[in-house]
Amino acid sequence: MPATPREILIHTIAGLLDGVRHVAVGASSPIPAAGAMLRRALNRRAGLPPTRISILGSREHNFFTNGSAELFDCAGQGRIDAFFLGGGQIDGRGNINLVGAGDYPRSSVRWPGSFGSAYLYYVVPRVILFREEHSPRVFVDKVDFVSAPGVTGDHVYRKGGPYALLTGLGLFSFDKRRPGFTLESVHPGHRLDDIAQATGFAFAHEPAPRTTPPPDGPTLDLLRHQVLDELNETYPAFASAMKADIERDAERHDTGRRQ
Amino acid sequence: MPPSNSAPIADLDRLAGAVEPGMALALPVDYAGVSMAMTWALLARGAGDLHIVNVPTGGMQGDILIGAGLVRSVETSAMTLGEAGGAPCFNRAVKSGQIKLKDATCPAIHAGLMAAQKGSPFMPMRGLLESDLLKFRDDWKVIENPFADSADPVVLIPAIKPDVAIFHAPMADRFGNVWIGRRRELAAMAYASATTLVTVERVVENNLLADELSAAGTLPALYVSDIAVASNGAWPYGLWGEYPTDTAEIIRYARAARTDEGFAAYLAARAADKAA
Repeated sequence: MPATPREILIHTIAGLLDGVRHVAVGASSPIPAAGAMLRRALNRRAGLPPTRISILGSREHNFFTNGSAELFDCAGQGRIDAFFLGGGQIDGRGNINLVGAGDYPRSSVRWPGSFGSAYLYYVVPRVILFREEHSPRVFVDKVDFVSAPGVTGDHVYRKGGPYALLTGLGLFSFDKRRPGFTLESVHPGHRLDDIAQATGFAFAHEPAPRTTPPPDGPTLDLLRHQVLDELNETYPAFASAMKADIERDAERHDTGRRQ
Repeated sequence: MPPSNSAPIADLDRLAGAVEPGMALALPVDYAGVSMAMTWALLARGAGDLHIVNVPTGGMQGDILIGAGLVRSVETSAMTLGEAGGAPCFNRAVKSGQIKLKDATCPAIHAGLMAAQKGSPFMPMRGLLESDLLKFRDDWKVIENPFADSADPVVLIPAIKPDVAIFHAPMADRFGNVWIGRRRELAAMAYASATTLVTVERVVENNLLADELSAAGTLPALYVSDIAVASNGAWPYGLWGEYPTDTAEIIRYARAARTDEGFAAYLAARAADKAA
């Protein structure tokens, strides 16, 4: 039975976290959390050094004891290798906007706010930009407000920044020298043209980009059992929705086979 | 109200009475221990023109105070109802220009409180450079790192000194000590603020400082101005180690508060609950 689109995202995130010792995940981020848990399970299976996961707002997956400042202190010392950020708008220079659309401060659409982005984007080496919705209103030519810039001048202290951009349609890497995104792969069922149309900024790509690889059988098995069980502790609603997706797909698959 | 070493246990109205119009309030993040019980008491008290400092983000409590017209300005890294979506009254107030915004980032708020805690005028922090957050904050300054050999700009965050910190915790003892466990941001808020008002689920007879295990997670009475018992006092937010968040109720609030009328009806229903 093939992987669902969400399982492909989770598997892709696990790939982006290869070699990471400590990954932090923000609150209400079930797909990044699942990707981090899959990375941890893959390392365990392969006998590789363990991956630590800190999920904010979780009791089970959080070992901080110094309040909500500790994540930032930890990141500032280089003790966090990867983090996830999103954005109401993301532009081709890797700038992210979590504040609002239109003129600041009286934004026509107001989003929650910048959270820790204006710090973590500078100090965490692998920041993975994750936004499932891939549309021109999200991926704009220029953000209306820079919560955190993708690149900064040479004199600015910058240990971190954008490492990849993962959307519901494809995976991009980021080249800070250009600066700009490069399309690395297109998720199964989508085409380069769809991505170009849905993206408000120019990006580099191969003439025929490869398809995002799905997880192999044993990895999918790990994801569907161990990882989903772990995820259920922190994101019960999401975990059961994913289980339902998988079962629905399996049923469709069975029906197809019988016909 | 001066800090007291043996804070007697008060009622919510006495706590709310310590909040004067124009004061700056420090309020904790959703999962740290929000004194929602004080929200209703503050509405009844009606002291307005408040400045809110969210430590470091805010939600339903601040949204209600804004919706009730008691807030002049907000310093926050985010305002959200989590799974229930955006903070409706905050969003409306931003659009109409009713509140003045000081958009921040989480570690900048922690830095400002830490400066106050140490009695220092400011704290330097990394990040922020070339962002619009910095551009719109004329109270944040950029200097050259005086210890560096080459150009190394760094942002200075001035001390944040709230008049009043308000939060909810599982327990206090009869001596005015409050158990905050590992939610150290509650201590940071109290250290930085002139007055700290705490609601608790219960008051225990034993001295929390007498046992090393409980002492490590205790905010001493030195920093606690007044305490009131409010059972289920974080509701509909959860309280760590005690009870989970009532997400359905927060979603109910989010829906109601989409309009001014719905918001007023929601507050009326809560006032009726309180009277019952």
